[in-house]
Amino acid sequence: MAADDVLGTITKVLEPFRKGGKPIDADTDIAEDLSVDSQAMMDLMMELEERFDVSIPLNLLPEVRTVGDLVNTVRQLKGSA
Amino acid sequence: MALFDKFKSLIDSHTAVKAVGADPFSVKMERVLSPTEAIIEGRNTILVGTNNYLGLTFDDASVGAAVDALRRYGTGTTGSRIANGSYQGHKGLERELARFYGREHCMVFTTGYQANLGIISTLAGPKDYLIIDADSHASIYDACRMTAATVIRFKHNDAADLDKRLARLANTEGEKIIVVEGIYSMLGDQAPLADIVAVKKKHGAYIILDEAHSMGVLGEHGRGLAEVVGVEDDIDFVVGTFSKSLGAIGGYCVSDHPEFNILRVACRPYMFTASLPPSIVASVTAALKEMEAHPELRTRLWANVNTLYDGLKRRGFVLGPQKGPVVAVHLPSPEIAVHLWHALLQAGVYVNLALPPATPNGTALLRCSVCAAHTKAQLDSVVAKLTDVALKAGLLDVPEKMAAVG
Repeated sequence: MAADDVLGTITKVLEPFRKGGKPIDADTDIAEDLSVDSQAMMDLMMELEERFDVSIPLNLLPEVRTVGDLVNTVRQLKGSA
Repeated sequence: MALFDKFKSLIDSHTAVKAVGADPFSVKMERVLSPTEAIIEGRNTILVGTNNYLGLTFDDASVGAAVDALRRYGTGTTGSRIANGSYQGHKGLERELARFYGREHCMVFTTGYQANLGIISTLAGPKDYLIIDADSHASIYDACRMTAATVIRFKHNDAADLDKRLARLANTEGEKIIVVEGIYSMLGDQAPLADIVAVKKKHGAYIILDEAHSMGVLGEHGRGLAEVVGVEDDIDFVVGTFSKSLGAIGGYCVSDHPEFNILRVACRPYMFTASLPPSIVASVTAALKEMEAHPELRTRLWANVNTLYDGLKRRGFVLGPQKGPVVAVHLPSPEIAVHLWHALLQAGVYVNLALPPATPNGTALLRCSVCAAHTKAQLDSVVAKLTDVALKAGLLDVPEKMAAVG
């Protein structure tokens, strides 16, 4: 799965959390820039798991800080990184 | 202050909750009068938030056994069972629980939390997979954090989603261990256990079933959801607690696995904590006996569940999806829940306030738990008082819904 496609989908799912006019890109910090708390993060994962038809293990989440990290995680799980 | 900076948002929300008048997370019971009544802030208060499902906390036989054990064996074991040894009571209670469940083995833990922590974290090795329900109790989540296993959540009570996730793991090595609960502690709903067991068998997985809130509550003999559904033989490990139906504290796991006892020297939350004091072991052993001798306690509990659940439903409250001893009242916001909780306490009714993130889907709840020892008058009074505070807060759509009640 191409990195741009994954990024596009993740950006769409994160859109409700976007603050101000700043666009979401690979460098966006999910917790700090978007104020996604741990519970919202869990719900987001469920949503992404649906969209990408993949299970994202909980133990990978501490490694995910930025949108780019999330893109890489999804691509690795899809075997396309 | 930097060390505590990370708690800023928690401090802010706790301060906001306390501003309503009392701290829901540090209620002081000045005296406990019975399984269903206490004095709080000088008032006689009906307890509807203590998980004391069978009302055995003041059971004569249990109290008597505890007092006797206290005199004979002292106040505590002062250490763990691997270091200080087991008392005959520990062994006896394990035998009784194994017999009760018709299982080969039982291990008793110092708390229910530690039973989940210990069993889950020890059984799952680095190559294994834990597949847990998304609404799992904190003890299950914390157990997952202690393992090197891969942890995957499936949608709450969704056997099809569990199936999908196990299918994705079809070509991976490592054991697959499913973790579900008999009754979920916040909303009081039950796992669709027959479907989950079918998925488990299809994929050759193991299953751990936490019957903390269902032991003593479900099943002809009180063995929980697995007994009701008729799938006990398919459950590899049953975990439970002594702090609900059996009225004390402690946890256990039963299993038929031939090598189960190796966990006694592998399971850190069992090995590195002091064992249950003899008085608790004695009261739990007696309470188990009482529970078995008096199935009418369960009949009474369910009659009480009907009184509370139907009573609240008729008055227009939005409740948890399934009838059971946990009756969750959904409220529109945490602020309203806090307000109602406080108004209820002042009216002499104690329930649990349950707020996100401890609740599923960010919902705010007044969580009631029903006891076999509640009288109908007490529960009618709870319904009336909850209705009253909700009406005063402008919550219930009065004329239509109240008229429907007749």
